[in-house]
Amino acid sequence: MNRILEEKIVKVFLFITAITAVFSVLLIGVFVFMEGMPIFLKYGITDVLFGPVWNPSSGVYGIWPMIVGTIYVTLIAILIGAPMGLGVAVYLVEIANKRIAKLIVPAVELLAGIPSVVYGLFGMFAVRSIIAELERGPLADYLPSNYQTGYSVLTAGIILAIMILPTIINISLDALKAVPREYKEGSLALGVSHWQTIYKVLVPAAKSGIITAIILGVGRALGETMAVIMVIGNTPLVPVLDWTGLFAPARSLTANIALEMGYAGPEHQQALFATGIVLFVFIIVLNSLTTLLVRRKGRK
Amino acid sequence: MAITEVKQTSPSQAAASSAGQQFQIEAKTLDLFYGDFQALHGINLDISQKQITALIGPSGCGKSTFLRTLNRMNDLVKGVSIKGEVRIGGENIYDKNVNVVELRKKVGMVFQKPNPFPMSIFDNIAYGPRAHGIKKKSQLTEIVERSLRQAALWEEVKDRLHSSALGLSGGQQQRLCIARVLAVEPEIVLMDEPTSALDPLATLKVEELVNELKQSYTIVIVTHNMQQAARISDITSFFLNGKIVETDVTSKIFTNPTHKQTEDYITGKFG
Ligand SMILES: Nc1ncnc2c1ncn2[C@@H]1O[C@H](COP(=O)(O)OP(=O)(O)OP(=O)(O)O)[C@@H](O)[C@H]1O
Ligand SMILES: [Mg+2]
Repeated sequence: MNRILEEKIVKVFLFITAITAVFSVLLIGVFVFMEGMPIFLKYGITDVLFGPVWNPSSGVYGIWPMIVGTIYVTLIAILIGAPMGLGVAVYLVEIANKRIAKLIVPAVELLAGIPSVVYGLFGMFAVRSIIAELERGPLADYLPSNYQTGYSVLTAGIILAIMILPTIINISLDALKAVPREYKEGSLALGVSHWQTIYKVLVPAAKSGIITAIILGVGRALGETMAVIMVIGNTPLVPVLDWTGLFAPARSLTANIALEMGYAGPEHQQALFATGIVLFVFIIVLNSLTTLLVRRKGRK
Repeated sequence: MAITEVKQTSPSQAAASSAGQQFQIEAKTLDLFYGDFQALHGINLDISQKQITALIGPSGCGKSTFLRTLNRMNDLVKGVSIKGEVRIGGENIYDKNVNVVELRKKVGMVFQKPNPFPMSIFDNIAYGPRAHGIKKKSQLTEIVERSLRQAALWEEVKDRLHSSALGLSGGQQQRLCIARVLAVEPEIVLMDEPTSALDPLATLKVEELVNELKQSYTIVIVTHNMQQAARISDITSFFLNGKIVETDVTSKIFTNPTHKQTEDYITGKFG
């Protein structure tokens, strides 16, 4: 009798904790949407989303520069971080001997534990100064004259690439490790080289895990705030969409909110919440992608 | 030792040596260690071309280990060391300058558990040839059909070549794996208990297939199934505790073995 009661209590308790998680997400979502919606209603969804000018002091709230900035920076982070991370994972699973693996794995763990402000510092002093050298030196003739400081889309992309490495490495590592050993043996036994085996059988067999790794990396890059603020320059202008845009200072959605919330008036605040809505939608889309992927894999 | 008896008693091998031919595979005083543990002790075994050689013996006696020395699959296991020689076509495959990838093209292997890749039936078969540089679609199509026919699987799968190989039954998967090996055109096919995961009907199909393949390939097959060894092999080699007790013509091993241990094993007294 007592046992049954006990079990019931535990069940209810667990249910409450589970519900709390759902409730929190809903609460945050509803809150952000409620606070941000008025701006969309007042100025029109397209004008806010696609407006190229962000000038709160004169009541112009175009989020487009931050949307482009965020996508641009994230794209660079993934283009650099995904192949690197996958490379490290493949190296660890297939090539590295125990001694080297023992060196790399803790290093990757450490990388995951470094606070983002430290990444920001590193970016500010190391990466930025290299980019600045490039901007003032060999590239000076091709870039607009105000691109001198090294605070840029590229700088932020590089820092984010390093920051998402642990996510990509760890998850694709698990995916690669889960590939049945029989595939590898089967391939090698056909007289196929180790390298070909890796990229024709092992990596494809781990594909869904690797894609999940990349999506989670994107999520991490989208949401990163502090490190980005410290290196991106924070200019709310749409970066040019050719290679010179790489060296343009820009601003991300997260940076927009964090930089201005402290002093924003009521309408300005709503505009920042609207920025939050956009970010929220990005994350929801990403998560649905992941879920879809996992479900598709489950069905196979 | 047993090996000299083989040369006297096996008609086909006697013919081979009298014609001055080498054996296709020659293991010479082969020792293999997993770290400190010695799994093979001085193995001597000659295998002639286009015959089926069965390796039998109780679990853990080193059959798989020996089989995997023939295509250097043991290289994948950490801490393995090998003494002695394995000559294939006269060349010691453990020589420093041997290209292991080339060796494995020549010496194909079918595993105990069917292991098709997670891709279509077509891509599974075309996998090896593609990796070896064949790109032309028409040529690949031809290889796929020929290999599947050789593996007696064509009729069953010809209408679904592009669906996943993982959807095939166990027996079909194993024949697919055999077809996949044949597509690379090896000279030797190693099989490690290829039917142990299959039901009797599928086993029979694979056995028939192996019998067919003998026309063109040298086959070395590990089996726990005495009837299977008796049914399909020409030569049988009995392993015990990492050593070969005797190797002889299959019918002799099963009716009149030289060693008491062989007789005990075959009649089911141990193992
Ligand atoms: N990777 C390995 N590391 C260490 N020891 C091993 C390894 N593989 C096999 N062995 C040992 O070597 C011996 C021979 O193993 P092997 O797999 O060759 O036997 P087998 O005759 O194929 O047995 P079975 O009929 O059960 O398949 C066994 O004692 C086994 O424990
Ligand atoms: Mg075995």
